[in-house]
Amino acid sequence: MTDASLYDRTAEPEFGDYVTLLKPRVMSLVVFTALVGLLVAPTPVHPMIGFAAILFIAIGGGASGALNMWYDADIDAAMKRTRKRPIPAGLIAPDEALGLGLVLSGISVVMLWLASNAVAAGLLAFTIFFYVVVYTMWLKRWTPQNIVIGGAAGAFPPMIGWAAATGGVSIESLLMFGLIFMWTPPHFWALALFMKSDYNDAGVPMLTVTHGRDATRRHILVYTILLVPTALAVAFTPIAGPVYIATALILNAMFLMGAIRISRRDDAACEADSHAVEKKFFRLSLWYLFLHFGALLADGLIARLAPGVF
Amino acid sequence: MSTFDRATHEIHTRRWGRNLGLGLVLVCFAAIVFGLTVAKVSTGASMEAFDHVARPALIPAD
Repeated sequence: MTDASLYDRTAEPEFGDYVTLLKPRVMSLVVFTALVGLLVAPTPVHPMIGFAAILFIAIGGGASGALNMWYDADIDAAMKRTRKRPIPAGLIAPDEALGLGLVLSGISVVMLWLASNAVAAGLLAFTIFFYVVVYTMWLKRWTPQNIVIGGAAGAFPPMIGWAAATGGVSIESLLMFGLIFMWTPPHFWALALFMKSDYNDAGVPMLTVTHGRDATRRHILVYTILLVPTALAVAFTPIAGPVYIATALILNAMFLMGAIRISRRDDAACEADSHAVEKKFFRLSLWYLFLHFGALLADGLIARLAPGVF
Repeated sequence: MSTFDRATHEIHTRRWGRNLGLGLVLVCFAAIVFGLTVAKVSTGASMEAFDHVARPALIPAD
């Protein structure tokens, strides 16, 4: 929660500080997955409309980032990693961040509607609402399952990209959603196992603290076991081809092995090798998502540019 | 007649950068709206919509 008097603007912000407010690194993942969702859809989209759709999806994601920074300024100020963000650093006033977030939310939803259709715009509006109200305001400070719920907000972009092209929701777009949704918990909990974080001091319940590190390791394994069939199910839809099938088989085997290895470890083993297994699993998780969506894109492009190759 | 010499302060540089950035964003926005219009027209999107006036062209043919 923000208190305007606590975060008065003390310096003159640069243009880049407003860009920082939109969480550009998160936006890059949004752009990539939304682009894949748009390009693998069976309905071809005019390049200009596709470009505008991706841009406004990214701006919508950025707007929810700004609203998140407005509401979470107290958490950001309490943690070392986020202390230099524009609001706690005194560069941008909370009201300004709130205004920017609301205006960009409105512009992105309306423009996505005009550029593509009401379904895509409705999904974008729901994503912003879900991330800001359900995750940031309600569940983040309340439950250690916050990572699971927050993951849903990050999982919507490929569905929005798909809806921008087709005007609807289908099993393919739901499975792309499921892939990111199930991937998020093991990815973040692996990070939580080896990163010394001060979430607890900031009043955010993290699974490693509330339920312990052993429970976190078990959670990683359970979510990975649920992730594998979700990823493999995508292979049975028309958007997947040989590239995706090969990628999914190899990566899911590696990911599952990594999760099993983590679940068999204890704190002593982690200290002994400076969390080498957890760090390796975390790096693999980054490649896991990138390569799954990259493979879908590759199959989509092969099917469109060189039909009949496989 | 007095001369008013105003030194450029760091704050002015920051404001100039901010204004320039915003200006570019607005120019890009106008370009995107124009581009979208061209794309919609060239792909044959509906040019007319309900605007509180009877438009026989909007009524689907039997």
